[in-house]
Amino acid sequence: MALTKEEVQHVAKLARLELSEDEVDKYTVQLNAILEYARKLEALDTTNVPPTAHAFPLQNVMREDKVTASMAQEKVVSNAPDEEDGFFKVPRIV
Amino acid sequence: MRDFDFEIVMGLEVHAELHTKSKIFCGCTTEFGGEQNTHVCPVCLGLPGVLPVLNEKVADYAMKAGLALNCKIASFSKFDRKNYFYPDLPKAYQISQFDLPIASGGYIDIEIEGKKKRIGITRVHMEEDAGKLVHGGGSLAYAGYSLADYNRTGVPLIEIVSEPDIRSIEEAIAYLDLLKAILEYTEVSDCKMEQGSLRCDANVSLRPWGQKELGTKTELKNMNSFKALQKALEYEIERQAEVLREGGKIIQETRMWDENKGETISLRSKEEAHDYRYFPDPDLPPIIISEEWVERIRQTLPELPQARQIRLVESYGLPSYDASVITGSKAMADYFDQACSAYGIALPAGQSTDDKGKERAKQISNYMMGELSRRLNASDQGYQDSPITPENLVELLTLIEGGTISGKIAKTVFDEMFESGKKPKQIVEEKGLVQISDEGAIAAVVSEVVAKNPQVVADFKAGKDKAVGFFVGQVMKATRGKANPGLVNKLLMEELKKQ
Ligand SMILES: [Zn+2]
Repeated sequence: MALTKEEVQHVAKLARLELSEDEVDKYTVQLNAILEYARKLEALDTTNVPPTAHAFPLQNVMREDKVTASMAQEKVVSNAPDEEDGFFKVPRIV
Repeated sequence: MRDFDFEIVMGLEVHAELHTKSKIFCGCTTEFGGEQNTHVCPVCLGLPGVLPVLNEKVADYAMKAGLALNCKIASFSKFDRKNYFYPDLPKAYQISQFDLPIASGGYIDIEIEGKKKRIGITRVHMEEDAGKLVHGGGSLAYAGYSLADYNRTGVPLIEIVSEPDIRSIEEAIAYLDLLKAILEYTEVSDCKMEQGSLRCDANVSLRPWGQKELGTKTELKNMNSFKALQKALEYEIERQAEVLREGGKIIQETRMWDENKGETISLRSKEEAHDYRYFPDPDLPPIIISEEWVERIRQTLPELPQARQIRLVESYGLPSYDASVITGSKAMADYFDQACSAYGIALPAGQSTDDKGKERAKQISNYMMGELSRRLNASDQGYQDSPITPENLVELLTLIEGGTISGKIAKTVFDEMFESGKKPKQIVEEKGLVQISDEGAIAAVVSEVVAKNPQVVADFKAGKDKAVGFFVGQVMKATRGKANPGLVNKLLMEELKKQ
């Protein structure tokens, strides 16, 4: 099942990307090629293989519940495009 | 409930902040409040190159909550990224759990008018809280921008999702009430709704009676108190019913409860919602939970509200109404148990006290459910910070039981105890409130009062019962309420018979 143009537009919208008509066409072709390539994996028999959540053989990596120092407020907002009184200033959403 | 033309089908999603010291994936404090953006670090701000590490207490607490809600604990659990853009989420994704939550398949049994009803718990999963937005430029509607404070970002949450088993607003309230009590008892969350540490969303749909398929649901958000939940559900159920009665269709959407307007407002419709593109968080290795780990957590489970309710009825003979009110909050139930210890009637579960013990337990319960709760509510305090300690309450009850003060004087002493936190004995001594139990002294007052009121004596002889009450009142007035009421009655009747 190939990826449709509408799906590409939907994904672009979710990712907040503005695509031109040409770009949508181009990415539809490219994304389909990528998916087609990945689809080769479907040829493998994975009947008795549990789904892999992580690539590294690590588990239960945890830390103690201990408070450590946070950052100073002026440092926190120092890279913000816009700030006010120690808050990050952002466009209104709702 | 056939007086309504539709069957109501609801499920609740409850978010509870876990009572840890530090955040879920970093060492920032979880303390409520604080100046904006002072409880943050590169990890919870989602700066590039950082590595989140799970706080072990979060897994312990989530498991504990799961066990208390009769869930199965997963042997393999993992974290996923839930992707969406919103300025309260600095990473543009929330670390949550998608298909392998830490606990699932549980239930709790609520009680409605003495009848048990089981509400299924679909799942309990761990996730991080988002930050807070303050809307600048005046009221929400006219705000040109928002101000983001990320202190709350990364505070650990559990989300508890119920099955769509709830059929009335009453059941929804009872469910949330019991869930809150269980979380308080297990001490995984402080459940302060006013501080947002317990939040409730609801999925609501209606269907004609007898129809099998579920109707289209709406998701209600922003109900931050029991009252808000009640009002929001009332509004939304009526709104949906009106649409359906007129032959319209319910749109699947998220709606926000607006407390000021008293209505639910559409936030976003299905097309934009729920497309979160979850995928396993590569920064967080999976959690493998051994049976030993589950057992270790199970050992930490306290006596839960319903078990405690049964114990109070069986051990102390409390009416089940009293027991359910007292066990409705952990602090109140702890207070009761401490008072029983102080009164020397505490018992291990499975044992039952004698009649005297039952009477004492009922006295404690009466004071708690009456005067003490009233005073605490009026001053917006909980049992954990009651100015009257359980020990002092019992000292007061002992003074009444021993005849040192009358029940009437006890009310005065109680008020003073509440105001000053002083011990009742000290108040009784300082104010000279010791009950007069000297027969001679009371008899003198009685005969004086009777002699002064020949007309009332005549009324008494004519069979008017009110006359006795009048004399008792006069004697109490003359002794400033300190005369032993039993003795007053006895001596008064003797005196009146002589007339
Ligand atoms: Zn942090």
